[in-house]
Formats: sequence, structure tokens, C-alpha cells
Amino acid sequence: MPDQIVELQNVTKMYTLGSNKIYALNKVDLSIKKGDFVTIMGPSGSGKSTLLNMIGCLDLPTEGTVKINGIDISTLDDDKLTAIRRNNIGFIFQQFNLIQALTAIENVEMPMIFNNASADVRREKALSMFERANLEAEYADHKPNELSGGQQQRVAIARALANDPPIILADEPTGNLDTKTGKSVMDLLSDLNAKGTTVIVVTHDQKLAEYSNLNIRLSDGEVCHEFD
Amino acid sequence: MNLTKNLRSNMYVQLARRNLTRHSMRTVLAAIGIIIGVIAISSMGILGNSLKLSVSSSLGDVGNELIVYPAYGENTVTEKQLDQLKKVGDVESVIPVMISSGKVEYKSESTYGNVYGIEKDDALLLVEVDEGKMFRAGSSDCVVGASLARHFEVKVGGKITVKDSQFRVVGILEEAGFGFGISPDQGVFMSPQVYEKIYDDKEDGYNNVIMKVKTVDDIEIVKTAIEDRLNKKEEVVQVLATNSILDSIDEIFNSISLFLMGIGSISLLVAGVSILNVMLMSTMERTKEIGIMKAVGASRKDVLKMFMMEALFLGIAASLVGGILSLGGGFVVNILILKESSYFFAPSNFLYIIAGVLFGVVTSLAGGMYPAWKAANMRPLDALRYE
Ligand SMILES: Nc1ncnc2c1ncn2[C@@H]1O[C@H](COP(=O)(O)OP(=O)(O)OP(=O)(O)O)[C@@H](O)[C@H]1O
Ligand SMILES: [Mg+2]
Repeated sequence: MPDQIVELQNVTKMYTLGSNKIYALNKVDLSIKKGDFVTIMGPSGSGKSTLLNMIGCLDLPTEGTVKINGIDISTLDDDKLTAIRRNNIGFIFQQFNLIQALTAIENVEMPMIFNNASADVRREKALSMFERANLEAEYADHKPNELSGGQQQRVAIARALANDPPIILADEPTGNLDTKTGKSVMDLLSDLNAKGTTVIVVTHDQKLAEYSNLNIRLSDGEVCHEFD
Repeated sequence: MNLTKNLRSNMYVQLARRNLTRHSMRTVLAAIGIIIGVIAISSMGILGNSLKLSVSSSLGDVGNELIVYPAYGENTVTEKQLDQLKKVGDVESVIPVMISSGKVEYKSESTYGNVYGIEKDDALLLVEVDEGKMFRAGSSDCVVGASLARHFEVKVGGKITVKDSQFRVVGILEEAGFGFGISPDQGVFMSPQVYEKIYDDKEDGYNNVIMKVKTVDDIEIVKTAIEDRLNKKEEVVQVLATNSILDSIDEIFNSISLFLMGIGSISLLVAGVSILNVMLMSTMERTKEIGIMKAVGASRKDVLKMFMMEALFLGIAASLVGGILSLGGGFVVNILILKESSYFFAPSNFLYIIAGVLFGVVTSLAGGMYPAWKAANMRPLDALRYE
């Protein structure tokens, strides 16, 4: 396994709106090592989400190459990208993005279904993910709208961990949470990182930079600062 | 037990069930479309099939007869031709019949009927006596058909008048339904000697000859044999095989069934479109959900499976309800149109219900196909951003 778990070379993402060309990312070079805790900061519209989605194989570059675990994703089709996501990436979103028709525990089981895990294995694993996300098992059968914001985000974290992905991506995971709950979520991510998971977090909050060993600053689609 | 456990733990099944019940009103409306479609197809099929059954049962067992008519331009089948017919092999019986139609009177009433001149023993091969007995050979008695007897309210022993001659009715025949060579229900049967006496102005010979073959399989062979023997120089007789008539009647009624089912399937088509509409609505509403699922690793196949499962459940549930209601629908249609329910219980009718249910499920799947395909091929990022 290569040391660089994420590698971007000369990555540009351009949108054309009418005759306007918008560079969401402009010639970005970036390399993230296994076990890094990365924070991505920058003003609104600077390209943070675009960058994160690119690493998460949800989006493809207009130019340049993106390598995840040494695999160049820019030429892969939808099904192959899905397979890479399923096995390598755990997503945490600002709006939690839980499936409302499923219970908390079923939401956590969902990624394992797509990995063809058996029902018993799934349930057991989901419960242990509950534990890792500091969720009491009594919430297992609650629907997402019966949970607090902090609880929902912890369900989302448990879901992100379900398939043991080497990379966790979080786009403003604390954006919808109060300071105290937000801190507990960051502590959780820090714990995961301590156990070897590579964590990449997009945030507005300057204070969260202290969790990371690599802080990337974006401005107008370009990396303007990168420091440890 | 194991199955219910499996269904319970199968999240695709659970999701399909919950998503269908989430908008229960919409689901029910879509289901009603399918239900109506299935009922329409099944009851129309049952109606067509019952029509066929009712007609073929009134035709009775005439499949093994050949009827020999004088060809166009000839007036009768002559005695000589009859001798030749008797020489044809594989034939069980050769029955020459003389027929006239004319006025039949009883007391002060009169009606039109067919008067048959036929040997007593031959008549017994074609008709059955319900009341009384068959006329004796050479006697001036007669037997009459069921509907003629009903019309006159004549009893055994009554006297009817044909062409100014009186005949004693010694027997009344069983109801026979529609026939090819003869139509017994409206007929008066008497011996040929008596017949020739009252119709002495008529040309000699027979109006037709009914030939019963030994087995239905031989019917074509016998037909060709007759034609070879008699029509060698010029066409003097025409031969009609009743089984081929039955076949074409069968064919006609199968077409009628299909046509009726076609009309029924229009409503199913409409139902399919409504499923398409409902599923499309639900994919739009769940765009974000689809994005989330794809983000956490759902492949196109997984999403396709999820949506097709919903269409399948909806289709199966609605079609089964439709199938059950078709039992009632077919029954009602039979009573309304055929004024009779007995043909409804024919086992072949249940095939039409099964066909209706299958069509319902297939329609539902077809309606769900495009929305499911659309959902499966959504780009995950676009779907995630959708509000
Ligand atoms: N689908 C799109 N079409 C056109 N422009 C887009 C599209 N997606 C993003 N952009 C543009 O790309 C730029 C970067 O967007 P991005 O979402 O990455 O910003 P961000 O840094 O995450 O902002 P925020 O902090 O507000 O979330 C923005 O100018 C945005 O308008
Ligand atoms: Mg953003």
C-alpha cells in the first residue's frame, strides 16, 4: 500500500455558466498520507466542498489526476467509483443526511448491505459502531427525526465507519451543532484518527485546526497555505 | 417462518414496504388502477371463454359427421350417388335425409317448421326421444322437436297437420340445440314413404346425406374419398366436415376473447402510466436519498433493485386483489350478458384470472422500469445537492 493515500496532481474543476468560466478548483496539487488528520479551511465559495467531493469520488476533475490508494479515478465509470467509495470512503455531511424511512441502526447497516454482509453480521457490527460513536444502543430503533442533532450526527458517523473505510471525509460536520456537541464530534473523529483512520474535515471554525496535523487553506480554488 | 425472518431482515423489502406506505393515498390510487385493469382483462377473458363454452356446448357432439349436399346447380343427392356414398370406407353410417320446410298446424295455430323424411333407424342415430316413442317404420305417425312441441303445447297423442294431412305425434324429442345437417328442435320427423306421399310434387332424391365416420381423425380421409368417388367428372356433391366448422368457431371465439381482453388491457395500460407517474414522482422526491445511498456505496444495480422492488410489491398486491375481485366481476358479467352463471365455473376461466394477474404484475414492473432506471443513473453529487 502506498504511503500517499490521497494524491491530487494539477487538479482543475471548471464550470461554465453561459460565457463565464468558474474555476471551483484551479491547478491544485495535494498529497495526504495515511493516518493524517487534515482540515480544509477557506471562505465560502473557495472550493472546499468541491475538493472533498473529488477525494470522495463523487466528482471528477475537468483536468488533472486524482489518486485514491494509488488508483487513478479520473477514468473510472460510475460503478467502479461506487465500489471505491464503498470500500475506502466514509462520508459525514453537515445535514447528517440520514435516510428517514430507516431506523438509526438500519442507517448504519445500509453501507454493509451494499457490501453484501449477512443480516446477523450487519446487526452485530452496527451495534459495535454505535458504541464507537458513543451512541446508546437504546436509540437503535428510533427514526432519525426522533433524535437530536448531535445524536443524528453520531449515527451518521457510525454509518461512515460501517465498512471500515481507511478514509473519513466530513464536510462541516459541526456546522449544525452547538459548540459542546460539536466538540464531542471532533473528539470522536480525533479518536478514530488515533486508531489509524485518515480523517479529512472541511470546516469554517479556526479552532478546529488544532486537531489536525495538516491544514489546507483554499482561496478562489487555489491552495494558498498548507502547513502542519 | 424462515421466510418471514428473511423478509423482515431484508432491507430492500423493508424499504419498499415503508416507502409505499409513506404515501399511502398515492399508493392506493395507483393500486386501484392496476386492480381495475386486472379485473377488466380477467372478466373480459372469462366472458369470451364462457361465450365459447356456451356455443360449443349447444353444438354438442357433432365433430365426427360429414354432410353431403348437392353441389351448386344440382337439386338433390340421387339414389345412385347414395349407393356410391355407401361404398366409401371407414364410415359408420350413411343417413339420407329429405327436408322440406313449410307450414305445420295444430288445432287453430300454425307455424313454420322443417319436415324430415328419414328412416326410423336412421333417425334414432341423430336424435333422442324424450317423451313417447319413435314412429314405426312405414306408419303415418310422426315425432316432433322440443321447441315445436313447446310452441304448440302439443302432447304425445296429439294430431298435427302438414300439407293437409294429419299425423299423430307419438314422440317428442330432446332439446338438441343448433345442428348442421338437421335442426331437430323445430322439426317434424316422419318415415320417407309418408313424406314422399305428401310431397309427391318434389323431385326424387335427398336434400342431404349425413355420414358418421368411425373416428374424428379419419374425417379428412373420408372427405377426400367421397370427393374422389363422386366428383370425378364434374362436381355433383359438396362435402362439409363438421369438425372443421367447430375448429373455425373455436378460432372465432378465441379471437373474440382476445379482442375483449385487448379492450380490458387498455385500462391496464392506463394503470401502467399511472404507476410510471407515481414512481417518477417518488424518485424525484427521493433524489437526495438516492444521492446519499450512492455516496455510501449503493451501485446502480442496488438502486435499480430498490425501485423495482417497490413496483413489484405494488404490482403483486394490486394484481392479487384484482384477481380476487375478478371472480366476482366475471360472475357478474356472465349473468348480465349470458344470463347464466354455469359456464363461469369452468376451470379454463381461472386461466384468464391468472393471465390477468400476470399482466397486472408485468404492467407494474414495466411502469416502474423507467423511474428505476432514472434513479439508478442519477449522478450522486447532483442528487446529493438536490433540495
Ligand atoms: N454545479 C455547479 N455549477 C456551477 N458552479 C458550481 C457548481 N458547484 C460549485 N460551483 C461553484 O464552485 C465554487 C466552489 O464551490 P464549493 O461548494 O466547493 O465552495 P465551498 O468552499 O464548499 O463553499 P461553502 O463554504 O459555502 O460551502 C463556487 O463558486 C460555486 O459557485
Ligand atoms: Mg461547502
